[in-house]
Amino acid sequence: MAHEPTDFAAASRAALADPQLRGNFRRAMDGLTGKRAAQFPDPAEWHGVRALAASVRLRALAKLPELLEKLEENCTRNGITVHWAATTDEANAIALDILHRVDARLVVKGKSMVTEEMHLNAVLEKNGIEVLESDLGEYIVQLDGTMPSHIIMPAIHLNTKQIAHLFKRRIKDAESREDAAYLTDLARRVLRAKFEAADVGMSGVNAAVAETGTLCLIENEGNGRMCTTVPPVHIAFMGLEKVVEKLEDVPPVISLLPRSATGQPITTYVNMISGPRKAGEKDGPREVHLVILDNGRSSIYADPELRDTLRCIRCGACMNHCPVYTQVGGHAYEAPYPGPIGKILVPQIEGLDKRGALPHACTMCNACVEICPVKIPIVEIMGRLRVEAVKPGGAVKDAGAKASRTEAMVWSGWAAMNASPTAYRIATAAMGKLGNAAPSSLPLLKDWTSVRSKPRFAARTLHDLARAKGIPDA
Amino acid sequence: MDHQPAPTKPSRVYYFGTCLVDLFFPDAGMAGIDLLQSQGLTVVFPQGQSCCGQPAYNSGYRAEALKVARAQLDLFPGEDPIVVPSGSCAGMMRKHWPDLFRGEPDEAKAVQVAARVWELTQFLVHVLDVHLTDRGEPLRVTWHASCHAQREMGVVEEPKALLRQLANVELVELKREKECCGFGGTFAVRHPEISAAMVGDKLADIEGTEAARVVSGDCGCLLNITGALEAGGKPVRGQHIAQFLKERIHGA
Repeated sequence: MAHEPTDFAAASRAALADPQLRGNFRRAMDGLTGKRAAQFPDPAEWHGVRALAASVRLRALAKLPELLEKLEENCTRNGITVHWAATTDEANAIALDILHRVDARLVVKGKSMVTEEMHLNAVLEKNGIEVLESDLGEYIVQLDGTMPSHIIMPAIHLNTKQIAHLFKRRIKDAESREDAAYLTDLARRVLRAKFEAADVGMSGVNAAVAETGTLCLIENEGNGRMCTTVPPVHIAFMGLEKVVEKLEDVPPVISLLPRSATGQPITTYVNMISGPRKAGEKDGPREVHLVILDNGRSSIYADPELRDTLRCIRCGACMNHCPVYTQVGGHAYEAPYPGPIGKILVPQIEGLDKRGALPHACTMCNACVEICPVKIPIVEIMGRLRVEAVKPGGAVKDAGAKASRTEAMVWSGWAAMNASPTAYRIATAAMGKLGNAAPSSLPLLKDWTSVRSKPRFAARTLHDLARAKGIPDA
Repeated sequence: MDHQPAPTKPSRVYYFGTCLVDLFFPDAGMAGIDLLQSQGLTVVFPQGQSCCGQPAYNSGYRAEALKVARAQLDLFPGEDPIVVPSGSCAGMMRKHWPDLFRGEPDEAKAVQVAARVWELTQFLVHVLDVHLTDRGEPLRVTWHASCHAQREMGVVEEPKALLRQLANVELVELKREKECCGFGGTFAVRHPEISAAMVGDKLADIEGTEAARVVSGDCGCLLNITGALEAGGKPVRGQHIAQFLKERIHGA
């Protein structure tokens, strides 16, 4: 980004002022929503698989503490070393410890949003360790020095032309060719050499199976398989909510995820990782580590209403269908998780003081709720966070941080007016008589009239017209 | 949706006009009453009504929302359906009142009232099974679906079915019918630039249909869309579906 905006409103204004960016998102989101719809032509099938996937996630959350213990036990039995991190700092320290112990100089990474949450790349670079993102989209944003703008398609904010310019600028001997196949091939050549030389591979986890100690990772480019099999050490990162109970819980999740995300029936690669190389095996890493991150998730878990946030399988469909995200793109949220899920997750992780604006960056249209493959009541949680933002003493970090005496007085006055028929009659009559004289320069009216005419109060209210027409009152 | 089909056509209904209709679109409110009366119903408009409480509810002020919602509860005694010319306000009453009143002494009453709430076009189609005779001139229109009508009340096909009953009306659907117009209550003034961008896309979609009129069932959306059409000097007019239907069947 050219400059560092400090809040969502400012960042979204900057995004809206960029016609190229807006065009890229509008086109991409229109395409993705169409592709997703094509995956679910039969509403009955959709309702069925969705109910199944939601039940898998609900059951996993209902038994979360037990399943996490079982996961650790079974991973350990499989030879995977399990690490627990309460905070992102702890998770970074765990990663650094491992890297220092094996004297790692080069790390290759598959896509992992949890490591974005940890700002791991910056930590590694500060410690003199070269880190290379190997998912094509992640590689592009890394070259560009920015953040992913989407959790599934990190470079969706850029078009082929922009990527061609970036590669020309940043990759030695790159030709200036706006050709997706050429650009992909170019990236592949760079990455291939790094896979072979890397000391450690890192990845995320789409689902961790408690009963078998298996890490499931889905991807399209094969880079995930390279990262988890070629380097001698593999470190996987997951949020503690990613556990599922049984192996049979995986198919509903990995079937719905790509269909919802990119409109693909299934991903090209499905990796089931069940431990390091065993004696006599010809490939696979010598060490496999699993870092399980809390970072506020157990507080979210503690509240029965907010807990539904943790159902998320990170498909990103809510972003693709969000009319606000479609306009402003992912960077405006300045968070690893943008769009609807980000608007409920990020304030809970980082607190309402810092992130209290995000739950209001929403028209409550419910488009995300309609397509969420695990039925997260995103808008209900958004409403709850709006309450928490102005009410001290709540369950969410920094509850009450956005409390404003003026705003509270306005709503209290509004309630007094609307709860008393007499007050309401007097007030609406006054609005009908005087309201239209309000100058467009008034604070809220000014915002409204920036692109709209002033709303005109009718001379007589419906109450008046109904009374005049003799419509019975009871 | 989970509405029980009304077993027989009632003889009497309540009408909850909504505060936006009251203040900005009273003629649309009266047109809704007229449509119901023209089906032989007695329409009761309790004069004590004001607002469903949604503005405060969605702004994080639940106690204030509760106070206002509570002031409406006693206005609708008995079993008669409550018809609302807004999907958004109907959704607030039907879907959110039970949550809002949870654990309150009047919870049972709120649940009873909520279960009787119908969005106007839903009521016209499913309960009254209306058959409209068009007396208007040929006209091309498009339909703007409000988010809450679609996703809280399950009203998707009903208004379009009513428009299609009109012999001289050609309905051309929007490309992005399901997409929000950018109103979002306080969103429009909290994030005016994003809201403006959203309504800009909506206007382009509307203009693409070459319709003379955009019809909707929600006055929040209409304030936003017609305001933007007017400010942009566009010839397309916006109108509430109740008023549009009334004009067509009376030949106005």
